[in-house]
Amino acid sequence: MIKGKFIDNLPKVYGIYTGGFLVFIILMAIAEQAGMSAKLIGIFFVAFTVLIYALIGWLSRTLQVDAYYVAGRQVPTVFNGMATAADWMSGASFVAMAGGIYFKGYGYMALLVGWTGGYVLVASLLAPYLRKFGCYTVPDFIGTRYGGNLARFSAVIVLTVASFTYVTAQINATGTIASVALDIPFGVAVYVGLASILMCSMLGGMRAVTWTQVAQYIVLIIAYLLPVFWISSKLGAGFFPHFMLADEVARITELEGQFGFVKNSAADLATVPKGLAGITKAHSSVNATPWAFISLAVCMMAGTASLPHVMMRYFTTPSVRTARRSVGWSLFFIFLLYSSAPMLATLSKLSLIDPTLPTGIIGKTIAEVQAIDWYQNWNQANLMFISDFNGNGTLELNEFFMGGKAVVLATPEIAGLPYVISGLVAAGGMAAAMSTADGLVLAISNALSHDIYYKIINPKAETAKRLIVARVLLVLIGFAGATIAALEIQGILGSVIWAFDFAMSGLFFPLVLGVWWKRANAPGAVAGMLLGLISGTAYLIWVRSGGAGFLGITQLTFGIVGAAVSLVSMIVVSLITAAPDSATQKMVDDVRIPSGKTVLAQK
Amino acid sequence: MSKQEQHWEKTRNLLFITLAIWFVFSIGIFLFGAEMQDSNIRPFGYPLTYWFTCQGSLAIFVILIFWFAGRQEKIDDEFGFSEREGDQ
Repeated sequence: MIKGKFIDNLPKVYGIYTGGFLVFIILMAIAEQAGMSAKLIGIFFVAFTVLIYALIGWLSRTLQVDAYYVAGRQVPTVFNGMATAADWMSGASFVAMAGGIYFKGYGYMALLVGWTGGYVLVASLLAPYLRKFGCYTVPDFIGTRYGGNLARFSAVIVLTVASFTYVTAQINATGTIASVALDIPFGVAVYVGLASILMCSMLGGMRAVTWTQVAQYIVLIIAYLLPVFWISSKLGAGFFPHFMLADEVARITELEGQFGFVKNSAADLATVPKGLAGITKAHSSVNATPWAFISLAVCMMAGTASLPHVMMRYFTTPSVRTARRSVGWSLFFIFLLYSSAPMLATLSKLSLIDPTLPTGIIGKTIAEVQAIDWYQNWNQANLMFISDFNGNGTLELNEFFMGGKAVVLATPEIAGLPYVISGLVAAGGMAAAMSTADGLVLAISNALSHDIYYKIINPKAETAKRLIVARVLLVLIGFAGATIAALEIQGILGSVIWAFDFAMSGLFFPLVLGVWWKRANAPGAVAGMLLGLISGTAYLIWVRSGGAGFLGITQLTFGIVGAAVSLVSMIVVSLITAAPDSATQKMVDDVRIPSGKTVLAQK
Repeated sequence: MSKQEQHWEKTRNLLFITLAIWFVFSIGIFLFGAEMQDSNIRPFGYPLTYWFTCQGSLAIFVILIFWFAGRQEKIDDEFGFSEREGDQ
């Protein structure tokens, strides 16, 4: 199936796949009407989709280095865009983003702007040039451009720190969803998630990951958009929510004014289960200072342009031109989900707090709310909680608490959609978390196998041996990630944001200046990577252990400190040491024009 | 100036224009979040700042990348630096 003609048949293959998935959803809906239990529907959704991904992974198995590392460099523009979007949108984007918007409003939207704006930097500063370079991994670029094993090794360190921080969060998310949908303990579910991730990547490397990510994108985007459009119509808010929710947004502001944000006492809050929050911030008005907003957005943008698992997706396109266009498609496919998240948050909030809607619970008596089915379900799942703090028997805005995940997971049920939608959402969340974890695990193990093993330890290794090493490392890293994920140290969203800051601290300037500043040399790059990473990490530790910080830079934006140190040290050290030799300068010249062979092929 | 230098100069200028537009919609406008919110410009009826964070800036980035890619392709064509079959 995946031979020769496969590339030409992609639209047909994925068209049939999408049709098949829609038929599956309809079959499940019929089964639900016929009395199939909710639990069984959830199991079917997750198991069926994961098996399909595993099948694609098996069909894409390969024994060629080029296919394993860069999918043979023949992934068409639009499909690479879909794969990148799945690679990019993690369990956090899928499950937690709408919740973040719901609770934090404007202050949180900096993440949306940052996670999309970063692609402008990817397209204009890096992706086409790295594609022309013809490398297999991001450290491969650093190592060849600057020369020397120390530069290569430093890049691997930064890559590993950033990607590993990220991947534990994703394996955690696959575990959470698998444990809910399949009804198994979290400690076991983490390894079920890991096994699914490895099945998609181990045999076929980048080629397998590419084609499963396209399949996962299709599942996750259907699973996100279908409920949003359905809920919107059902609430009478409009059939196309993105352009039609202005009245609903205004209505929420009106209700916020009417209810007021009453501050709860610490004693009252202590009774609320951990992880749940109340509505304490304005939904649509500006509630953060310009600097708080901009600094977070800047970190996410620079981090986007430095995260290796995203960058390496653009190594798989057939040409420089397609790499550039592919970035645009990636962002378009990401935009479809990101622009829907605020709409979902609006619909979810309005349906819960508007007393004039049948689903609204604010203003009802406590006993009434406690009798609602979905309240009981989600209360049991530890995602909803109410308490009569003022003892008046009526539910007030400040007496209602919810977990961030509930916005995506519970809103379909609150709005009265059939259970089949909840099963679909679970499959979508699983697809989002798996696709990101795949990309990350592969990025780390490729860097270790290609840059450390092949380039530094054993340059004479044969193809077969290199690929075996790559696979063994993939499994080891997966297990290490799952083991740490099982410990549940840091929340999903927190670790995702840290990963961006780590990547930005160590890699942003060494990558960008490698293309745009010919004078940059190896000592400068090494200083930039290591000092950037060290100072960023030191700042994080300082703030985490109670330090005051400076300039309003928090533990979520420590990349600003790291990147600033990285930039300054890279420029200073480059200028006080010798300029790169003429061969290196020629290499940079070659990177800057699209025509001709890749730089690595010329060497 | 050699052909390659001219090509790079044009490429760099395009980068500066692209980054300037990017800067305006990712950073610049959010210096004035509170002011924009009170403005009477309300796309699709949404408050202006809210709309930019939900859709506006995001959509502008998508369009900007495609525009940038098109312009860069023109520059590459102009100097004959576009890829040909079998280049890679």
